[in-house]
Amino acid sequence: MSQGTLLSARRVSLAFGTIHALREVELDLWPGEVLAIVGESGSGKTTLLNLVSGRLRPDAGAVWYRDPDGALHDVHAMPDPALRRLHRSDWGFVDQNPRENLRMGVTAGGNVGERLMAQGARHYGSIREAAIDWLEQVEIDPDRIDDFPRTFSGGMLQRLQIARTLVTHPRLVFMDEPTGGLDVSVQARLLDLIRTLVARLDIAVMLVTHDVAVARLLAHRIVVMQGGRVVETGLTDQVLDDPQHAYTQLLVSSVLHA
Amino acid sequence: MAYVAVKGGERAIDNAHAWMAEERRGDPSAPELGLDQIAGQLGRAVDRAMAEGSLYDRELAALAIKQAQGDLIEAAFLLRAYRTTLPRFGHAEPVDTARMQLRRRVSAIFKDLPGGQVLGPTYDYTHRLLDFSLAADNTPQPAAQAEAADERVPRASDILGHEALIEGDGPTGEEPGDLTREPLAFPAGRDLRLQALARGDEGFLLALGYSTQRGWGGTHPFVGEIRMGEVVVEMVPPELGFAIDIGDITVTECQMVNQFRGSKTVPPQFTRGYGLAFGHAERKAMGMALVDRAMRAEEFGEEATAPAQRVEFVLSHCDNIEATGFVEHLKLPHYVDFQSELEAVRRMRAAVAVEPVAEAAE
Amino acid sequence: MKGYNFGYLDEQTKRMIRRAILKAVAIPGHQIPFGSREMPLPYGWGTGGIQVTASVLGPDDTLKVIDQGADDTTNAVSIRRFFARTAGVRTTTHTEEASVIQTRHRIPERKLREDQILVYQVPQPEPLSRLEPSRAETKRLHALADYGLMQVKLYEDIARLGQVSISYDYPVMVNGRYLMSPSPIPAFDNPKMHGMPALQLFGAGREKRIYAIPPYTDVRSLDFDDHPFRATRAPHACGLCGATDSYLDEVVTDDRGGRLFVCSDTDYCASRRDTAQVAAQ
Repeated sequence: MSQGTLLSARRVSLAFGTIHALREVELDLWPGEVLAIVGESGSGKTTLLNLVSGRLRPDAGAVWYRDPDGALHDVHAMPDPALRRLHRSDWGFVDQNPRENLRMGVTAGGNVGERLMAQGARHYGSIREAAIDWLEQVEIDPDRIDDFPRTFSGGMLQRLQIARTLVTHPRLVFMDEPTGGLDVSVQARLLDLIRTLVARLDIAVMLVTHDVAVARLLAHRIVVMQGGRVVETGLTDQVLDDPQHAYTQLLVSSVLHA
Repeated sequence: MAYVAVKGGERAIDNAHAWMAEERRGDPSAPELGLDQIAGQLGRAVDRAMAEGSLYDRELAALAIKQAQGDLIEAAFLLRAYRTTLPRFGHAEPVDTARMQLRRRVSAIFKDLPGGQVLGPTYDYTHRLLDFSLAADNTPQPAAQAEAADERVPRASDILGHEALIEGDGPTGEEPGDLTREPLAFPAGRDLRLQALARGDEGFLLALGYSTQRGWGGTHPFVGEIRMGEVVVEMVPPELGFAIDIGDITVTECQMVNQFRGSKTVPPQFTRGYGLAFGHAERKAMGMALVDRAMRAEEFGEEATAPAQRVEFVLSHCDNIEATGFVEHLKLPHYVDFQSELEAVRRMRAAVAVEPVAEAAE
Repeated sequence: MKGYNFGYLDEQTKRMIRRAILKAVAIPGHQIPFGSREMPLPYGWGTGGIQVTASVLGPDDTLKVIDQGADDTTNAVSIRRFFARTAGVRTTTHTEEASVIQTRHRIPERKLREDQILVYQVPQPEPLSRLEPSRAETKRLHALADYGLMQVKLYEDIARLGQVSISYDYPVMVNGRYLMSPSPIPAFDNPKMHGMPALQLFGAGREKRIYAIPPYTDVRSLDFDDHPFRATRAPHACGLCGATDSYLDEVVTDDRGGRLFVCSDTDYCASRRDTAQVAAQ
């Protein structure tokens, strides 16, 4: 793992029976950068995200994380409690379907405040202030703080999930198709919001998307996957403007036709 | 009327017990029920009380049923409580149902098979018409008799097993857990799951099994075989070092043949569900087998979303002694906690009453 | 009861339960699984408390059994009789005379001593059970001291109702580490658990868990710094003895809304009335 990287995967492989979901994948994530993993469905990109975040175990290879003190940790050798703590503090995970992550039976304020309370916050007034502040930051009307998520639109739910995830200022956020299933105008607004927040808070993001346009808008660097392998990687604009690998060329050209 | 702090709980209980004893006896001019009558003529009730009471003793079960006025869950409870007091001096060898003295044996997957389809004493083909002749004493016509088959009758699942068409029986020789000694913890192994089902409520298992047939976690079940009859119980006393026969019990065994599993590269096999109950208890054994297989969903990579597939849900709620205790405990006084709730609601209502006035003042 | 061991349970079982109790005392507030036996009383009616009492009771003990604070409610009578028959121990209704007190849903008003044991009957040992039904998951939450879920519930109450709505079985943090269900005692009783000189044992028979609070242990009811826990009671004095510091039962005296409030702790009330009578003489 080179100096300064936040997260690194080294020769990671994973098979489900006879399906080779990941083959010898290598990648690095630097602090404060947005890395997009793109590919069609079946390319292994979501599997990769689940693996580097510790949700899945590799058959071979390792994933290393550097903590705020500079110490290196093998993500899959960490004891379960430590990994869970990491997911509640330094790390965040934005699911494609916000209903997976949010508590639908808890108010918007409760959803946003939960991570604070899980970390020991015990002042109701301050928790509520933080919740209002974050609802504003994700452009949800703070008057809706006591409403239940089931009354929110798809775009609002996603923004609520983001507020809930960012409230503890994580250094690293995993995002799985954050704009999936939303209509185009809602997508655009959400992407804008993510870009602003990520830049302001200096968060590193590993983002999975099948949509090359999303990668271009948000990511500094891009990793292109096909059939479980990384076929190309580099600065987003460079890769997308001048794709070297045949598959990347195909991806880029299909966007132009769209 | 001046309030006097209520006393006399003891006397009330004694009176309640005396009244109940009178009700249990019923009309004194009617003949009292004998245990032999209950054990002999209400055999299915006895079987159920034994199964859910987790204790095989027909006479004790008959006594429990008499004491409980026919309430079978109450009877099972009496047997369980009695069971707690019994010292355990050993354990039996696994019962070999292949050597069962068959009284009934049917298979739905083969028209005929070695050992034949033996209908036995069953209600299955009766017309459910009330038989008024039973209102008076009557002696039934003697049923036809024949020589019982002596040979060991192979199980239908073993017939499939010869061609490796069905998954194996599971590992043997491992020490099973004991649900009556250790509390259930999740994830629970198959041994503990089957124990819980064996003593679980027949109605609950029936309903869950039924739900799998109606789409809540279906497993395409077939009755591979149901067999009912007597099996020998053997144990190996440490002083002797060999097995001795300590008695017979009647059991009902059900092997379900379920949805096969496999792919282009892994040869498909049928999967199993298993049910076993004391006495003649097909409904119980079948329900148990359906639920057993449903709870193995994760083992086979199936999504476990239906109630019958949720192991923690099924096992936590199948024991009717636990269930009835907790449900019926709601009858116990809860007025102290209710008082707290009353006061809380009164306080909140008072707080609401204050606010509208404040709003009007703005 | 012929043929039964002292206290009904056989010695092996008592030993098993005592081992569980020792583990529980060593880790205050943590639930210890134990092989609960079927007892002659139904699950939900105190079998856990009975098994704990049976395991700590000795022939020289004096036993008091209360339900809702009273000695003469039907279940208290039933359980006291059970021990009188199976253990032959002295029984009493006076709190200060008892060495072992088994209780359902109340803590006696009179302060307990170091030489006493309080055994609580617990229906649901898992404080998170209404928020998370899976025991496998709550086990993980306890292991990680991850109690955000409960704090969120308190937050929700305050956001919606202006105050915490939990009025009994109010969750507590024991020894700064484990979240615990105190059993369905009214929130009013929670402060009594903090620093109590007596040993507090909790038995849940149906759910098969034992837990404990050793003497003089820190026990704090969950709250927010700016919405602190308050022990509340009906704002009346006892209609029989005049007490203003005890938990009160509301008794309906007629069908025109007539009400009388009396001490739930019958022994406390009776001894106050006896003292008043003596003083008046």
